[in-house]
Amino acid sequence: MKLFKLCLVTAIVFAMSGVAFAGQTLDSVKAKGFVQVGVNGDLFGFGKPDEKGVWRGLDVDTARAIAAAVFGDANKIKYVPLTAVQRFTALQAGEIDVLCRNATQTLGRDTELGLDFVQPIYYDGQGFLVPKKLKIKRARELDGATVCVLPGTTTELNVADYFRTNKMKMKPVVIEQNAELNKAFFAGRCDCMTSDASQLAGVRAVAPKPDDYMILPDIISKEPLAPAVRHGDNQWKDIVNYSVLAMIEAEELGITSTNVDEMLKSTNPSIMRFLGVTPGNGKALGLNEKWAYNIIKQVGNYAEIFERNVGINTPLKLERGLNALWKDGGIMYSPPFK
Amino acid sequence: MRKSNDSGSTDNAEQKIPFLNDPKMRSIIYQIFTIGMVGLLGYYLFTNTVENLNRQSIATGFDFFDKEASFEIGESLIPYSAADTYGKALFVGILNTIKVAFIGIVITVILGTFLGIARLSTNWLVSKLAAVYIEVMQDIPILLQLFFWYSFFYDVLPSPREALEPMKGVFISNRGFVFAVPEGHPAYKYMAAAFIAGCIAAYFLRRWAKKRQEKTGQTFPVFFCSIAIILGLPLVTWLFSGAPHKMNVPELSGFNFQGGINMSPEFGALLLGLVLYTAAFVAEIVRAGIQAIIRGQTEAAMSIGLRPGQILNLVILPQALRVIIPPLTSQMLNLTKNSSLAVAIGFPDFVSVASTTINQTGQAIEGVTLIMVVYLCFSLLTSFFMNWYNKKMALVER
Repeated sequence: MKLFKLCLVTAIVFAMSGVAFAGQTLDSVKAKGFVQVGVNGDLFGFGKPDEKGVWRGLDVDTARAIAAAVFGDANKIKYVPLTAVQRFTALQAGEIDVLCRNATQTLGRDTELGLDFVQPIYYDGQGFLVPKKLKIKRARELDGATVCVLPGTTTELNVADYFRTNKMKMKPVVIEQNAELNKAFFAGRCDCMTSDASQLAGVRAVAPKPDDYMILPDIISKEPLAPAVRHGDNQWKDIVNYSVLAMIEAEELGITSTNVDEMLKSTNPSIMRFLGVTPGNGKALGLNEKWAYNIIKQVGNYAEIFERNVGINTPLKLERGLNALWKDGGIMYSPPFK
Repeated sequence: MRKSNDSGSTDNAEQKIPFLNDPKMRSIIYQIFTIGMVGLLGYYLFTNTVENLNRQSIATGFDFFDKEASFEIGESLIPYSAADTYGKALFVGILNTIKVAFIGIVITVILGTFLGIARLSTNWLVSKLAAVYIEVMQDIPILLQLFFWYSFFYDVLPSPREALEPMKGVFISNRGFVFAVPEGHPAYKYMAAAFIAGCIAAYFLRRWAKKRQEKTGQTFPVFFCSIAIILGLPLVTWLFSGAPHKMNVPELSGFNFQGGINMSPEFGALLLGLVLYTAAFVAEIVRAGIQAIIRGQTEAAMSIGLRPGQILNLVILPQALRVIIPPLTSQMLNLTKNSSLAVAIGFPDFVSVASTTINQTGQAIEGVTLIMVVYLCFSLLTSFFMNWYNKKMALVER
């Protein structure tokens, strides 16, 4: 009888812990005291520590914006470098709170993977990087080529689709680590490398002789790179989403990290609402009213983080293109902050 | 039932032991309890997982097997294209793993045996060289060795346009080794049949020779005759079917070689790394097995006039194999399992294909379960075969 009771009690305990699932992400983040962010770790311009060990990149700055919004301190972050294959599982399993790792939003990932993507931080497209000595000008000339590609990425599917549509043959070489893949490509193991154009610019920048390589003009896919959170925690999704949008809105409002303190005195009602001088936005998100101020003060607006990490004056030399504000001919557009 | 008028001693013996103090009953209860706990734990894990997956609206089940994979695989033993299903893609991965594991195991056992015997050689240089090889290879992690061999292939070797051609029809470049192969001809089918027939004939020859030796004591040169039959029969078939000799010679067209057989740098590096690493362990096992046979056996064999080759074949090896086979099995399993490191150097083995599948479908639990089941099957099959072989080789005491 005792045994039976013991079994029963154990079963109940098990059943209970089965129901108890990780609570609201914001609460657990606050309890931990830092945001746990999944990043690339090896992608120049997006997520990679510099020679001093300080994390840099567009994805990293997005993560810093989230930390600034939640804690008022952009440095309260723990970075978890993840491979393309690990990234979604790590997020699903609750190992990280948010994924800022140049991930493309797709219908499948948004639904079947149990993820929610927020505002893209970079609108990208897939291209090809080739050694100039092959004298290839267009992607159509790549029939029969050996292609270096990262596993588990949308690029792996896009390139297969592209070659199939154009009745061309390809041989993929799929290597899990960016660094190993780059090495194999530079050594001539593949005729071309395919990935998002921004990433190719990053690969080209770290090549032994960057001028020996060129990115073909053909873009074969749409790749909106966006941070992702677990499906089902709407409050946390709102926080992440509006942390990104705040940087875009700040650029539109003309607020930068250098002039943000002056802007506090502005009488423009949009700016007053944005910076929390007129309260309301912070409460709605469950954050401090100074959240957007903290983001801009500590991280900067979208133009600042773009130019700092991937812009024309960085080794990546990327133009704003699609990523310019809507009023400058791009598609970066933030809903009003009211 | 106890009778009250029985004598004291029988009364004690027949006294019913309290239910919980009966060691038999106790052990049964403990076992039921343990099984129950394990079952409960399994049930808990399963339902909890399903519950959480549903809560996060993550798809479950193996329905993705029939969906179009839409990714390409670098090399495949069967025709495969991106239009095929995930099921077929995974099967391609399994075949690739089997390919590298099977070829790897065969070469490893041969190389390891040679090294093990060389290690025991009375020749100082041979013995020391083998020792150095074994120590170095054992001490460097296999992943590093794989990276080394892979970068050796793509860094040192030239591009296809400047490929080396050490002999006609063989090209070596950083796209791999390309060999010319004989062009398809019905004669090769007959030759394969002749080869199998030769093997069967050799088997019966060996049985007959053994029986004859047991009866009359006369020996028969089985080894050389077998080789003559196994190689000779296909050769004769080839000559009779018109001696076709047209070769499918690889040619450089576009980016790469077309035609012939291509061994990719990924496969080459993986095979080389696995074989060189595991052979060091096998060599030590072989050495241990041979040294386990006391010297008296060799001396006894010498004193009845056996030659060194005969001593090795008839006295030492049959006894040493008993010691060698069990640890050898575990090295074979190690090689198979280490082949999953292929993902680091881009060989599309089962784990590589499965992780792409996991990432495209998002069904990590199903994918990882599949990986575990497949490797479990590989391992069980290998041990099953080796245990059978071990039993066959065990000394029959007379």
